[in-house]
Amino acid sequence: MIDSFDYSLIDWSRGQFALTAMYHWIFVPLTLGLGFIIAIMETIYVRTGDPEWKRITKFWMTIFGINFAIGVATGIILEFEFGTNWSNYSWFVGDIFGAPLAIEGIMAFFLESTFIAIMFFGWTKVSKKMHLFSTWLVAFGASLSALWILVANAWMQMPVGMKFNPDTARNEMVDFWEVLFSPMAISKFTHTISSSYTMAAIVVIGISAWFLLKKRHLVFAKRSIVIAAVFGLVTSLFTILTGDYSAKVIAKNQPMKFAAFEGLNVGQRGAPLVAIGIVSTTPEDPENENIKDFAFKIEIPNFLSYMAFSDFNAFIPGIKDLMEGNAEHGIMSAAEKIARGKLAIDALAEYKLAKEQGNDVKLTEAREILDKNFEYFGYGYFIDNPNKLVPSMPVTFYSFHIMVALGMWFTMFFGIVLLLVYKSKITGSKFWLVVSIINVPLAYIASQSGWVTAEMGRQPWVIQDLMPTMTAVSKLDANAVITTFILFAIIFTSLLIAELSIMFRTIKTGPKPLTEGKVPPTEEHIEGTAENDKFINQ
Amino acid sequence: MFETLSLLALQQYWWIIISILASALVFLMFVQGGQTLLYTLGKTEDDRSLIVNTLGHKWELTFTTLVTFGGAFFASFPLFYSTSFGGAYWVWMAILFAFIIQAVSYEYRKKPSNVFGKRTFETMLFINGALGTILIGTAVGTFFNGSLFSVEKGNISVIYDSAISRWETPFHGLEAVLNWHNVALGLSVFFLARVLGILYIVNSVKSPTIFERALKQMWYNGVPFLVFFLSFIGGLLIKDGFAVNPETGIVSMEPYKYLHNFIEMPVVAIIFLAGVVLVLTGMIRFMFLRNNKGIWFAGAGTMLTVFALFLVAGFNNTAYYPSTFNIQNSLTITNSSSSHYTLTAMSYVSLFVPVVIAYIYWVWKSLNKKQMAIEDLNEENTHVY
Ligand code: HDD
Ligand code: HEM
Ligand code: HEM
Repeated sequence: MIDSFDYSLIDWSRGQFALTAMYHWIFVPLTLGLGFIIAIMETIYVRTGDPEWKRITKFWMTIFGINFAIGVATGIILEFEFGTNWSNYSWFVGDIFGAPLAIEGIMAFFLESTFIAIMFFGWTKVSKKMHLFSTWLVAFGASLSALWILVANAWMQMPVGMKFNPDTARNEMVDFWEVLFSPMAISKFTHTISSSYTMAAIVVIGISAWFLLKKRHLVFAKRSIVIAAVFGLVTSLFTILTGDYSAKVIAKNQPMKFAAFEGLNVGQRGAPLVAIGIVSTTPEDPENENIKDFAFKIEIPNFLSYMAFSDFNAFIPGIKDLMEGNAEHGIMSAAEKIARGKLAIDALAEYKLAKEQGNDVKLTEAREILDKNFEYFGYGYFIDNPNKLVPSMPVTFYSFHIMVALGMWFTMFFGIVLLLVYKSKITGSKFWLVVSIINVPLAYIASQSGWVTAEMGRQPWVIQDLMPTMTAVSKLDANAVITTFILFAIIFTSLLIAELSIMFRTIKTGPKPLTEGKVPPTEEHIEGTAENDKFINQ
Repeated sequence: MFETLSLLALQQYWWIIISILASALVFLMFVQGGQTLLYTLGKTEDDRSLIVNTLGHKWELTFTTLVTFGGAFFASFPLFYSTSFGGAYWVWMAILFAFIIQAVSYEYRKKPSNVFGKRTFETMLFINGALGTILIGTAVGTFFNGSLFSVEKGNISVIYDSAISRWETPFHGLEAVLNWHNVALGLSVFFLARVLGILYIVNSVKSPTIFERALKQMWYNGVPFLVFFLSFIGGLLIKDGFAVNPETGIVSMEPYKYLHNFIEMPVVAIIFLAGVVLVLTGMIRFMFLRNNKGIWFAGAGTMLTVFALFLVAGFNNTAYYPSTFNIQNSLTITNSSSSHYTLTAMSYVSLFVPVVIAYIYWVWKSLNKKQMAIEDLNEENTHVY
């Protein structure tokens, strides 16, 4: 059977999911963060009545709109992909996983997409206060949709609140609150949204810095920077805090992922944290190509143990311990888990047979074996190839470390920017303005790396310990998936190019000039006008 | 409250919710219909701007309804989600592509430096309007005509070959267009969307020239709609249907099953007839009385008609997603649903729906207070597509 098994179907299906999710994630974090930044700006406008603030708000709203449209375009496909490409998964866990997706639609997407109409078209149609309220609703709506989708994702990493039902051959929900408030859901949500707010702040500072460098729209740019830097400093501290909490939750619940992204091959007490490392290209273990050592590394002694369990001497299992087992620390070997998983899988088949034959004795017997071994169910599928239980260590290690390093750097950066603003030196410090611009792509890299860590580190599981990727996939011809993969790649890339081009053009044109209110048009506003005419005449 | 309901009652409740979402979706596809008429109704750039902008205030609503329809179907009837989406792969993928390109088109169409030019984005709106409606209609046609799939839950315990749902033809959904009855529904939805699009546009836009052109287009689209719709309904009433024995769960073919469903559920028949009458009223009031409020009649009528059709597909012991490969594998609301617990939890969430409808209503009213005229689009205080 193994010879005829088509791994390319799985690889392309994973590739397609990764492609579409990562495209979606280019746009989502900016939506999440910019929503709040705009709402804060509009609040200041409504409070002060200063038309300059309205102009600032409207410029960032234009950016928001361009980004939002493509966020929606890339999102719809993900929702349906669970059905089209992971159909077995959709049955096996649909009873739990479908709920957050539906709730997201009912509670969040409608909120967002309805009030965004007021935000864009309602300036003269509803009162100022109502408009402001709508802007806040859009911001909350976006974060609310993040909540539900992340609850769903967290549940894949840490399945709780459910029970397997052999009659329907699926997992069924028994406790909604346990799903909603699992530690993984809390860490995922808080970390993802705070990191997204951080990213949006970096983008706002980057674009504003460009205006300062070009000596255009100075008031606009400086005000934007102040809002974004304060927002960014707070949220980036929160990102570090919640990131640290995420690591603790993972150390406890997904030890293999933890060992992989920390690059820990052999477990130990008082494990050191590899702060910087280069993975060697040759496998350390001839049996398993995924176990690699470092060619070079800088370590902080005992720190990993502290990070994971708040105890400098705690034992952290490495990849080898998790594969070979470690009796001293009560860690079961992979072989043992596979054997138990196989028992569970066979018991399920037995159960079905006994039910058809109406054999009650066999039925209860099979049920007992199944229940006893169910927590290892997914391992049974690895009977011929246990090495597949190890995720790619280099990929997760690098992506994790890139994210963490950038997270620390961003926090420092916000502090520096605020200091420069405080000392009224921001307009003149060319160096920091250039750095601000370079930070923009870095923020995107950090955010994408986070997901690569989370999702690649989860491999080979779709549902941790219960369902491997290969069991989740729809029964399709690999060529069908290759075709859609290519189509997605082409269409998303084309749309991205259009989006970037429009975005750059909009930034170059700058905020629209003021034509109402008390502030007389200053030099910079007039300078914007020529560009604007071109814009309209096109 | 909901936990005391039986599993069957919850399954029926959720089929009703799915039917409501489907009916709202078809009504809101006036956006898609309108998109296909951009160049037919709009002969000048100003005309087209008006049409795009008035549709543009609503496209997200349709889109979100589609997404929520998918999510709600997943949560309440996951076996349908895994069987149909994974099986009829090409149809669903084509539908999704049609919606991906819509989402950016309004915002990017006239933006400077949009790389592909205005016409490309307008073409994408057209493709979305045509393909989206026809394919969704055709896919729903298979609710009555069946598809070639099998379901075997025991496959979960087969290592290396665990797929429980399998499509038993390599065409993966494309075969649905070979059945005229499916296509008749697809084309009915397409022309209905255009009819609704016309009615919405004349209601929301202030332009005498568009109005006159719309009157003419009403004939060109209203008549084909009636032809396809009546042939679909005619075919439905005389065809054999997939009946389920409620005690044993065994599926069998029953002559005139859907006709029987109408007769045995008179309320549904009345809803259906009322819906059809309302759609016709909306069309006739516009065609003969030049009344521009037809969208409200035709819209309400569309919702009632689609709602009734979904109930006929799933209620009264009928398999709503039949398998012609092995009719015992057909999906019914009882064998494809979520557990009692999940349906209960989701039912509490459904109480939120009236709130959603209320604020959508408020926003709609605030934005459509008066008809959109071309001057409104030159106003600097709004966002123009
Ligand atoms: C952390 C946040 C987050 C994450 C992890 C995801 N999304 Fe998302 N999604 C959003 C946050 C978001 C958002 C910010 O709320 C968007 C951007 C534009 C929008 O409408 O909302 C959005 C849009 C969006 C849309 C279009 C919504 C509409 O019609 O208005 C869909 C269907 C999805 N997403 C579905 C998904 C799925 C199935 C995901 C799983 C991989 C996913 N998203 C990951
Ligand atoms: C709730 C949110 C998400 C869910 C439920 C989810 C689910 C999945 C699924 C089903 C797969 C395919 C199976 C697999 O390879 O494990 C996958 C793969 C992947 N996802 Fe996600 N995903 C989510 C969010 C994201 C986001 C936002 C990203 C970011 C960009 C992302 C990045 C990836 C990557 C990189 C892979 C490929 C992993 C691999 O090759 O093994 N995911 N995810
Ligand atoms: C010092 C800082 C940071 C720490 C300690 C940290 C920690 C973590 C950890 C442990 C994960 C893995 C979660 C999992 O596997 O499920 C993760 C994921 C993630 N990180 Fe970070 N992170 C930091 C900074 C950042 C920054 C700066 C960003 C983006 C701007 C970011 C974005 C993400 C995202 C999007 C994910 C995936 C979602 C998730 O799994 O929560 N992180 N982070």
